[in-house]
Amino acid sequence: MNIIIVGLNHRTAPIEIREKLTFPADVIGDALKKLVKSYGANEGVILSTCNRVEVISVYPEVEKGVWEIKRFLSEHHNIPLETLDEHLYAHTGEAAVKHLFRVAAGLDSMVMGEPQILGQAKDAYSLAIHNNTAGVIVNKLFHKAFSAAKRVRTETKIGASAVSVSFAAVELAKKIFGNLRDKAVMLVGAGEMAELAATHLLSNGVREIVITNRTYERAVEMAREFNGVAVMFREFLHYLKNVDIVIASTAAANFIIRPDDVTAVMKERKHRPMFFIDISVPRNIDPLVNNIDNAYVFDIDDLAGVVEANIRERKKEAGEAEVIVEEEIKTFYRWVNSLDVVPTIIALKQNLERIRKQELEKALSELEGVSEKDRVVLEKMTSAIIQKVLHKPLTHLKREAKSVEGDFFIEATRKLFDLEEEEAIKKTKNSEE
Amino acid sequence: MSYLFFNITAAAYFAATLIYIAYLFSHREGFLNSAKYILSGGFGAHTITIISRWAEAGRTPVTNLHESLTFFSWITVALYLVLLYRYRVSVLGAFVAPFAFLLIITASFLPSEVVPLAPLLESLWLPVHVILAFLGNAFFALACIFGIMYLIQEHYLKKRKIGGLYFILPSLEILDELNYRCLTYGFPLLTLAIITGAVWSEYALGSYWNWGPRQVWSLITWCLYAALIHGRLTTGWRGRKAALFSVIAFAVLLASFLLINIVLGGAHGLLR
Repeated sequence: MNIIIVGLNHRTAPIEIREKLTFPADVIGDALKKLVKSYGANEGVILSTCNRVEVISVYPEVEKGVWEIKRFLSEHHNIPLETLDEHLYAHTGEAAVKHLFRVAAGLDSMVMGEPQILGQAKDAYSLAIHNNTAGVIVNKLFHKAFSAAKRVRTETKIGASAVSVSFAAVELAKKIFGNLRDKAVMLVGAGEMAELAATHLLSNGVREIVITNRTYERAVEMAREFNGVAVMFREFLHYLKNVDIVIASTAAANFIIRPDDVTAVMKERKHRPMFFIDISVPRNIDPLVNNIDNAYVFDIDDLAGVVEANIRERKKEAGEAEVIVEEEIKTFYRWVNSLDVVPTIIALKQNLERIRKQELEKALSELEGVSEKDRVVLEKMTSAIIQKVLHKPLTHLKREAKSVEGDFFIEATRKLFDLEEEEAIKKTKNSEE
Repeated sequence: MSYLFFNITAAAYFAATLIYIAYLFSHREGFLNSAKYILSGGFGAHTITIISRWAEAGRTPVTNLHESLTFFSWITVALYLVLLYRYRVSVLGAFVAPFAFLLIITASFLPSEVVPLAPLLESLWLPVHVILAFLGNAFFALACIFGIMYLIQEHYLKKRKIGGLYFILPSLEILDELNYRCLTYGFPLLTLAIITGAVWSEYALGSYWNWGPRQVWSLITWCLYAALIHGRLTTGWRGRKAALFSVIAFAVLLASFLLINIVLGGAHGLLR
């Protein structure tokens, strides 16, 4: 039983190669069946997204497995292996488990910590289930990967900080205002980027949106779209006092919001904070506005800096996430080790021996005048029953353990007799000593 | 017994401070939680210290600087725990723990013998006055801490270079609001402390107001905070100005408190 992952991602292959290797969702089923039938895989999952294509599978032998998967990828897509090979990576054993856990947790993604990959991994897994290519190992492997990803998501803040400019603007607004629920925003200029930022602010509960634009019709149009208020461009400074967040994105060649304007507005609004986002080039808001108390001005470069800082912060969280991944790998391997046939047999025998002893004691305490000889006879008889009952199942189990379905038989035995994983490990350790 | 628990308290506050510092650098939630538990444990030991000291002396344990600092530290941590429960600003602990530790460690260098109190000072007004005064001071200490947190967070936003503490400090609005809340609780407490102090003085010394250094300084402090609250309510002082002012006002309060106690001895020099 060997877990093997062969594939490529955004770091190892350019888009030209990745797009050729993609598996559309409707062909994955057939591809999986082919992988198992013609390429000798015991189990298999195909994960195909725009940034990665990976075959996660279980093979009896490592080298052969890697080779078979490569051959499968090359033949399925009709690409010569020579062109493909330099872009492919192959992980086996524990490295493969680690790779999958990191992928599911978003640690291997282009945007670290992004959540979509988990959903894509779940889809890939359910396709494998529908096509009967997910066996004992793949089931456990993916369930563990999902729970590791979930832990990473809940125990670290890796998904928390914004890594796009418009999200960064919202994040900053939250650091200034806390709650955005009772805040109003004004769009000065109605470009695409302003629209995007406004959408994010609205989805974070901003109360009101005021829109102004040089062409008034465009402002009205957008106001309708966002359920906001349109105001004339030459009058917009009058409305400034009512809003907390200003997003400027006009094509004006010089500053349209100056320190004097803001000083006057600040007095009127009793110095409640104002957040100016200037995404226009050349800038629309005089940077000196930032020197006014309770006014905060961020231009497009500042926002880019915030995004960078957010990404750095995510990387910091990644360290914590890696620890979680390592822990989950350990619990996965605890289970894998229990799949060995020897500890399973030992555990099963000891389990039955315990029952035999208990029952024998019970019987002996109910009988009166049992001689030492009687006792020996009873011991022998009960032991013989257990041995005879166990003989056939254990012979089959030992034989099947070497076959393709071996893991299934061992897992079934453990389930049927309720043998704990921990126990098995302890037992193997003891028997080794 | 109070000595043992005093040392446990000091050790716990020190450990909590170190873990909080680790949190400030690493942003790991795990550190935050363990620091919180250690600080709470230290607070338990602190409470035992105060109670046993109270039992030993037979009166409110605030008659020398050692006792006063210990008591001040205790009431500040108590207030922090209440605020934590109400507002969930866990990161506040990272500022409260070192403050509480500094008070405790300063106290540990001061003579801690129980000084018999002059009989004429024995009165029910003692605990009332002292608890009001220290509770007020604790609110001002927290207002000062929120002010410092505000100034740090604002620095990031004004310089437009985010990083470090930016990610773990609350928003400006919340910090400003909490600063204001603390002031509005601290101010009436300070006022009541001055009034009860005057009444106590009348009982003990026969005059409500004798322009002693303690009374003068508390009046100055009172005026500073009155100006700050007035500014916030009427002229729209907020944010950086208010934060800076509450830091300065608390510095004056702390300096005058220490100076008076060191120069004049315990209980505002009334012992002599």
